[in-house]
Amino acid sequence: MNTTRRCFLKLASIAALGWGGVRPAAQVLASGGAAPSEGLLFASRHAVHAGPHALTAKRWAMVIDTRALTSEIIKDMVEVCHRIHNVPDIPTKQNIKWIWETHFENLFLDDVHEHLPADHPQIGVALCNHCDNPPCVRVCPTKATFQREDGIVMMDFHRCIGCRYCMAGCPYGSRSFNFMDPRPYIAKITPEFPTRTKGVVEKCEFCAERLAEGKLPACVEVSRGAVVFGDLADPESPVRKALASRYSIRRSPTLGTQPCVYYLV
Amino acid sequence: MLEKALQGTKLYWGWLAFLALLVLVGVGCYWQQLTHGLTITGMSRDVTWGFYIAQFTFLVGVAASAVMLVIPKYLHDYKKFTKILILGEFNAVAMVLLCLLFIVADLGSPQRLMNVLLHPTPNSILFWDMVVLNGYLLINILVGWVTLEAERKQVEPPHWIKFFIYLSIPWAVSIHTVTAFLYAGLPGRGYWLTAVLAARFLSSAFAAGPAFLILVTYIARAFTGFDPGKDVLATLGKTVVYAMIVNIFLFLCEVFTVSYSQIPSHSAHLQYLFFGYHGHGVLVPWMWASMIMGVAGILVLLVPKNRKQDNMLIIGCLLVFIGAWIDKGLGMIGGGFVPNPLHEITEYVPTQLELGVSLGIYALGFLVLTVLYKIAIGVKQEVE
Amino acid sequence: MYDKGKILTGLAVFVVFMTYPFWNNIGRAAYVKPELEKPRMAKECVENVEYMRAEHMAMLNEWRDEVVRNGMHEYHSSFTHQTYAKSLTKTCLKCHENKDKFCDKCHTSVAVSPYCWDCHVDPKGVKQ
Repeated sequence: MNTTRRCFLKLASIAALGWGGVRPAAQVLASGGAAPSEGLLFASRHAVHAGPHALTAKRWAMVIDTRALTSEIIKDMVEVCHRIHNVPDIPTKQNIKWIWETHFENLFLDDVHEHLPADHPQIGVALCNHCDNPPCVRVCPTKATFQREDGIVMMDFHRCIGCRYCMAGCPYGSRSFNFMDPRPYIAKITPEFPTRTKGVVEKCEFCAERLAEGKLPACVEVSRGAVVFGDLADPESPVRKALASRYSIRRSPTLGTQPCVYYLV
Repeated sequence: MLEKALQGTKLYWGWLAFLALLVLVGVGCYWQQLTHGLTITGMSRDVTWGFYIAQFTFLVGVAASAVMLVIPKYLHDYKKFTKILILGEFNAVAMVLLCLLFIVADLGSPQRLMNVLLHPTPNSILFWDMVVLNGYLLINILVGWVTLEAERKQVEPPHWIKFFIYLSIPWAVSIHTVTAFLYAGLPGRGYWLTAVLAARFLSSAFAAGPAFLILVTYIARAFTGFDPGKDVLATLGKTVVYAMIVNIFLFLCEVFTVSYSQIPSHSAHLQYLFFGYHGHGVLVPWMWASMIMGVAGILVLLVPKNRKQDNMLIIGCLLVFIGAWIDKGLGMIGGGFVPNPLHEITEYVPTQLELGVSLGIYALGFLVLTVLYKIAIGVKQEVE
Repeated sequence: MYDKGKILTGLAVFVVFMTYPFWNNIGRAAYVKPELEKPRMAKECVENVEYMRAEHMAMLNEWRDEVVRNGMHEYHSSFTHQTYAKSLTKTCLKCHENKDKFCDKCHTSVAVSPYCWDCHVDPKGVKQ
C-alpha cells in the first residue's frame, strides 16, 4: 500500500540521486513533490495538516516576561505541563523535565553580570526553544525528532532508538531521557496523553496536541499573562506586540540555533 | 582455515572458557540493563554518554591502527611488515566489533536499532559512523581472509584484493574522523567544538593502536613462538612514539587556544578535567596520570636503544596505551558534558553493572581476537 | 562417516530444538478462537470486520505515522463513508470499551504483546 510505495520511492530516489546534496538540497530531496512530509533522506520540515478547530501559525513563538514571572507562576506552569503530559517525577539526576525553574544566570550565561539592579529577576523558566535551526534535528539518526513547517520541534517516541545524540546536540539542556520506566513515577496518569516508555528521549512540544484542538499551550494559560504565545510572522500577534514593546533576549544566540522562545527583560 | 581455531592446547581452551565466562557475566549485567533500562548506569540527564561511548571512541582508534602497517607495506613496499600485517587486520576486525557492541549497549531502545537503516538520515553523523564502521569491518574481514588463504596455498593473493587493500587506507582514516565529527560539530559543547579534535583522535589512535599491536604480538610470541621478524616491533615502536608526540602537541595547541582566549565555555571543561571545577574533580588524578604516562612513554620510546629492548618497548607501549585510554576512554566524553550547557555540574562515575557490561563486551572482543590470531598464526606456522 | 557419534548427536539435538513448539504442545487443548466482547453502541467498525481482523495492526501503524509525523488526524473510511480521528484511545477504545475483553483476549491467546500499551493509556485502566 502506501508504505510500499513510499519505500519504493525512497529506494528509487537513492538510486537516481545518489547521496548527493547538502542542507539546502534537503528541500529538493525531501519535502518537495508529492510527499509533503518526511524527507526521503535528509530531515525536512513536515507539513502541518490542521483540522478545522486548530490554531495555526507560520512560525510559532513564545515570549516570556522575566519581570512578571514569579516562582509561584513558574510552579503552576511546571505543574500543569508535567501533569497533562504525564511527565514523571523522578527524584534522581536521571530525572525528566519539560519546563523548569532555574537561576537567571544559568539561563543567560553571557548576559548577566554582578552589577545589575537589585530588583532584576533572579529566576527564569527554561524549556525547549523550538529553534529555527535545531541541532537536535540535525544530529538525529532516525528523524525521530523532526521539525514542522510552523517551527515546532516534535518527537516521534515510536521511532526514537535512545542514542541520546540529540541530548548532546542540544545546547540548552532541554531534553530528557527515560532511563527507566516512567510510569511508577507518575502520580496520576492523564489518559488523554501517552506516557513514554523506558529508552526514549522526550521534551516540550509547545503543546502541539492542544494547538490541534484550538487551545493555547497549557503553561501559557496558567502564566497570568507572564507568557504569551503566537505567530511570529504576524505583526498583529501577541508575541510580535510583546517583542515590539520591550527589549528582549534569547538563550545563547551566538550558537546560531535561532531560538523561538524570547525573554523580555 | 577455521579448523585452526578448533585445535588448541588446554591453555588455549582454558583462556577461551575464561573469556566466555566473562561474556556470561556481561550478558547477566546487560540483562539487568534491558529489564530496568539505562538507569543501571551512572549516566544522568546532564551526562548522557558515559563509559560505553567512551570505549567505542577509544577502540575506533585501536581499529584504525591497521593502516600504520598497510601504508608502509603497500605504499612503500616495506616488506618487514608483511608478517604482522594480518595481525593488524584481524585486530581491526575484533576492535570494530567491540565498537559496534558498545554502541548497541549504549542504546536506550536497542530493539529499534534497525531504524537507522529503515530511515537513513545522512544529515546525522551517527548515520555515517554506522556506514564507515560496518564498511571497515567488512573490508578487514575480506582482506585478512583472502590474503591469509592465499598465503596458506602459497600463491599470490588475487589482484582484485589490491583494490580493497588500498581502499582500507582512507577508510581507516575515515572511521576515526567521522567518530571525531560526532562530537566536533555540536554547538554548546566547548570541549569538543574544535577542528583539531579529528586530528587529535587520529594521532592518539596511531599511537595507542600500534602500541596495542606490539603488546599482543609479544603475548602471541610468548604463547606460540610466533616470530614477527627482526626489528619489526621496534620499527612499529617508532610509529607509536611519533604519533604520541603529535598527539601531545595537538593537545597543547588546544590548551593554548582555550587558556589564552579564556572563553569560559571552552576553558571550563579543561579546568574541570585537570584542576577540578567548583569543588568537583573526580577525573583530576586520572587526567594527570594520563599526561604523565603519555610523556613518560614518549621519553622511553624516543631512545632507539630502548625500542630494541623487549622490556623497554613493552613498558613504553604500556605507558602510551594506558595514557591514551584514560584520555579518550575516560576524560574525553565525561569532560565534554561537565559543566552542562546551563553551567551546572553533574559528575559522572560508571556503576558496577555498567562496568560489568563493558567487561563482557571486552571479553567477547578478546575472544574473537584470540580465535582470529590462532587462525592467522596457525596458518603462518604451517606454511613455515 | 567420520565422527559418526558426534554428528548424529548434533543432528538429534538440532531436530529436538527445531521441533520444540510441536512436541511442547502435545497433549494441550486445541486452539479455541477466543470469544470477544463486541461493542454495544456501534454496529460497524471503521472498515469491514475481515479487513480489521487481518490488518488492524498495519492500519494502526499507518495511523500512528500519519498523526505523529504528518499531522494528518482524520481517517476517511470508504466502508462507512464517515470520518474518524486516527486515535487508538479516542476512536478504537471508544467503541471497544473493554480492552481486557477485546484487545488482550486475542493477543493473549496468540501470544503477542503489542507495545502500544507501554505508552498509550487505556482510559478505563486509570482508576487511582
